[in-house]
Amino acid sequence: MSNNKAFSATGNQMVAEAIRQCDPDVMAAYPITPQTTIVENYAKFVAAGRVHTEFVTVESEHSALSACVGASSAGARVATATASQGLAYMWEVLPIAAGMRLPIVMANANRTLASPINIGCDHSDIMGVRDSGWIILFAETAQEAYDNTIVSFKVAEDRRVLLPVLTTLDGFITSHAMERCEMNDDQQVKDFVGDYEPLYPLLDTNNPVGHGMYANAPEFAKSRVNERAAMDRSLSVLEEHGKAWSKVTGRPFELVDTWGTEDADYVMVILGSAAGNFRHVARQLREEGVKVGIVRPRVYRPFPAEQIAQACKGAKAVAVMDRSDSMGAACGPLGADVLSAFYTHGLTVPAKNYVYGLGGCDVSNEMVRRVVADLEKVAEGSADRSLTYLDA
Amino acid sequence: MKLNLRDYAELEDWKPEDLPVGNVTAAGASQQYITGGWRTMRPVWDQDACKNCMLCWIVCPDISILVKNQEMVGIDYDHCKGCGICVHECKFGALEMVTEDQAKGE
Repeated sequence: MSNNKAFSATGNQMVAEAIRQCDPDVMAAYPITPQTTIVENYAKFVAAGRVHTEFVTVESEHSALSACVGASSAGARVATATASQGLAYMWEVLPIAAGMRLPIVMANANRTLASPINIGCDHSDIMGVRDSGWIILFAETAQEAYDNTIVSFKVAEDRRVLLPVLTTLDGFITSHAMERCEMNDDQQVKDFVGDYEPLYPLLDTNNPVGHGMYANAPEFAKSRVNERAAMDRSLSVLEEHGKAWSKVTGRPFELVDTWGTEDADYVMVILGSAAGNFRHVARQLREEGVKVGIVRPRVYRPFPAEQIAQACKGAKAVAVMDRSDSMGAACGPLGADVLSAFYTHGLTVPAKNYVYGLGGCDVSNEMVRRVVADLEKVAEGSADRSLTYLDA
Repeated sequence: MKLNLRDYAELEDWKPEDLPVGNVTAAGASQQYITGGWRTMRPVWDQDACKNCMLCWIVCPDISILVKNQEMVGIDYDHCKGCGICVHECKFGALEMVTEDQAKGE
């Protein structure tokens, strides 16, 4: 257990501090709202000589991640940060970093995508890259953004994994709001994360290697088999390192955070910052005699299907809350993932999918109550179960 | 970390776990991969007109100008893609672009 003093900080400050404590060799980044203050804070650490990082100022996000790929191939510990259009602009390089098995750590302050242009929080940007081979973590709080970022380096660089990690926090709500936070000593983080020893560094001139090679059909598929296996393995590695960090800090780390699910009739599955709003209303409803539970995956890729199915199996009805849409699909992205988890784990609990909080829309108590009222009807089989937008 | 990579020609027999992480290869794999076949035109070198200024060597994007003892000795047609930059840059008329059909005398 740590005896760290509490202080107030924003999520972006906490992410910058976490990266500072992991002291990457290279950071290449480009500013974009609401991520900017992560690299802005980090640039101050570089200027003050508090880290040994080579800070590369690039002309775009595409170049930022490309520079990260080069540096990581060379054998460096590498970090960057982005959001929204910036993440979209990086898209081409995202599967390259994953396929080359480069343990880059990137923070993303979740923000919607244009058009209409909007800087508010939702998960459109991050859901757009969910299939790119990156491990994806969702923080509920600034504190979790800090802890997730530290665990990210440890997991990414683990020889059983060697995959890039996106450590995300909700734009403005978590990235900019002040929260009560704790930080561990630099030495504790250093001891936990350890030194990065790259597997095939380009700069090892005694063992010259080629990275980012062409592969024809059968080898290409074999490479994907390996990438999939590493991604699947990473779930237990995440749990292992998350728990180990939790032991250092005394703060919890669960792949899937559950609240009240043991005896809940109605369960709501939700990612990121809004889980707190949902728990708040769930507490009120429990006092009124309605048994509500909340399931919050802290890890989204690899998808903790078994853990989520397990947490929902006793429910009479389940709501899956999406903060983005998959236009034209039957469900939003989280809805599709959760329902496929139910199917593959033999759950037949009735479920309904909602889209909420788009482009920074507020999550009100009223909204949560409306969902629970719906779930009572869903359980009876009398509700329309098609995808429902809550904001408009 | 010593790389112990088998011959790439045997790749089809490999199991996924035999592939190095990230499909890293021993350096120089592109030398074994013959890309000259993509060419429709090729530069032809006139040794008598050449002054060994090395402009073509500098500008070639495929390291296909062959040099020995600071003198040009020929063109690597296994990897030259026929972009024609060397011909464009040559100040002495020592390089000429011809079609592959012409070069093969067809």
